[in-house]
Amino acid sequence: MQYMCLIYAPTGLELTPEQSEALFAEYGAFTQQARASGVMVDGAPLEPPETATTVRVRAGERLVTDGPFAETKEWLGGFYTFECATLDEALDWAAKIPGAKYGSIEVRPVMAIPAM
Amino acid sequence: MAESFRHDAGRAVATLARALRDLDRAEDAVQEAYVTALERWPVDGMPANPSAWVVTTARNRATDRLRRERVGAEKLATLARLEEALATVPDLPDDDATAAIPDDRLELLFACAHPSLNLEARVALTLRTLGGLTTEEIADAFLVPVATMAQRLVRAKRKIRDAGIPFEVPSVERLPERLDALCAIVYLIFNQGYAATSGALVVRTDLCEEAIRLGRLLARLLPDRAEVLGLLALMMLHHARRAARTDADGEIVTLEDQDRTRWDGAEIGAALAVLGQAARLYAEGPYQLQAAIAAKHALAKDSASTDWRGIALLYARLAALAPSPVVELNRAIAVAMSEGPAAGLTIVDRIDREGTLADYHLLHVARADLLRRLGRTADAVAEYERAMTLAKNEADRRHLRERLTTLRAR
Repeated sequence: MQYMCLIYAPTGLELTPEQSEALFAEYGAFTQQARASGVMVDGAPLEPPETATTVRVRAGERLVTDGPFAETKEWLGGFYTFECATLDEALDWAAKIPGAKYGSIEVRPVMAIPAM
Repeated sequence: MAESFRHDAGRAVATLARALRDLDRAEDAVQEAYVTALERWPVDGMPANPSAWVVTTARNRATDRLRRERVGAEKLATLARLEEALATVPDLPDDDATAAIPDDRLELLFACAHPSLNLEARVALTLRTLGGLTTEEIADAFLVPVATMAQRLVRAKRKIRDAGIPFEVPSVERLPERLDALCAIVYLIFNQGYAATSGALVVRTDLCEEAIRLGRLLARLLPDRAEVLGLLALMMLHHARRAARTDADGEIVTLEDQDRTRWDGAEIGAALAVLGQAARLYAEGPYQLQAAIAAKHALAKDSASTDWRGIALLYARLAALAPSPVVELNRAIAVAMSEGPAAGLTIVDRIDREGTLADYHLLHVARADLLRRLGRTADAVAEYERAMTLAKNEADRRHLRERLTTLRAR
């Protein structure tokens, strides 16, 4: 089964340059570990929410606004997709994601779509 | 047959659910197997090993159903995977009464009590699949409409299937926390029956007995876990007092005033044996300490001759393992009983100053009782009044009102 781990960071989290650098290095090591063990399907960090644009289509009208919904307590900072046999295995990997120490990781099974 | 279904079905469901990782399919298959048994056994005679027959028949029924679904189905890969999984359930010889049948109930228990399910779902699922209660009985015990409970169970089973919650005993490093969570579910079921928060009856014996049955099952499946035995002993000791806990009008009788001749001596004896078994594993924990405290009460012939000093020491050990102001308050009461009210009051005053139990009426009741025993009548009256404004149920308030009337009459 595939599990997507959505990495949420708390709004207002300020890291010192040293902490950021260390976190970056941890992510590198973690990604390598996940790849080496064969569970890694995909994964990427996202630019911060200030860079986001939201688009909606209502009654055929395209509506483009700045950012996501404001005032959220946490924001999506990136994701990993892992191939795991069980939820417990996915939770073990999710708990190792460096961001779990600062924010939270939401673990969701990827819906299996029958091959066309 | 009905009796056999209630107690054996859980085991067959566990084996199939583990293979299929799908409780719904497992339950349907076992249900079908029992329907077949109702038709066939009266004609063919009962197999020598009915449990083995049920598992094998249920497995075959599940396979048949998968093959039928295959026609026109799109999820071919899923069905093939399930069929393969089913093939791992062995053919069990139903003509051999002594043949061992697999026991996958521990795996099922861990799935039902998985932390990714909400607490209500965990409780309901554990009771439904391994406690042998019907959906109607569980709904009744938790005071929710049957439809709500049924929906809760459906959602939980769906989540187990779709989120890939495993039917397995957790890894060594995760086992302690997961076992704690499992014990907590069993104890919660017991307390729902014991604490009388709901329903017309003060004590729901059925729920208490289901919890004890689950505790026994867990102790049989994990015989080397001291806390599992401690939990079982604790529940049995509380349960042994059931006949004395309520009076003729159904009102709660406090431990101090209970008619101890109505305690169940046989159950107390059995609980003490379980607690002794736990002690020999040399892994002290909160359940064992609480059971040891309950055992001290169970062994005393009245309140005055209770080993309060021993109880105070046990509470101190409990507080060291799992610090809580409520445990500290209980220790203070035991200290007051063994060393006198002044020593108890010192501890109670300290808890009072810390403020975390400011709204807990039993803190004020304890403080008032100690002040009364010290002869500080005016302070005691004020403290009883404070307790009265915080007491949540009528029986407690009535009890406090009586105390106040006696004190004021002095």
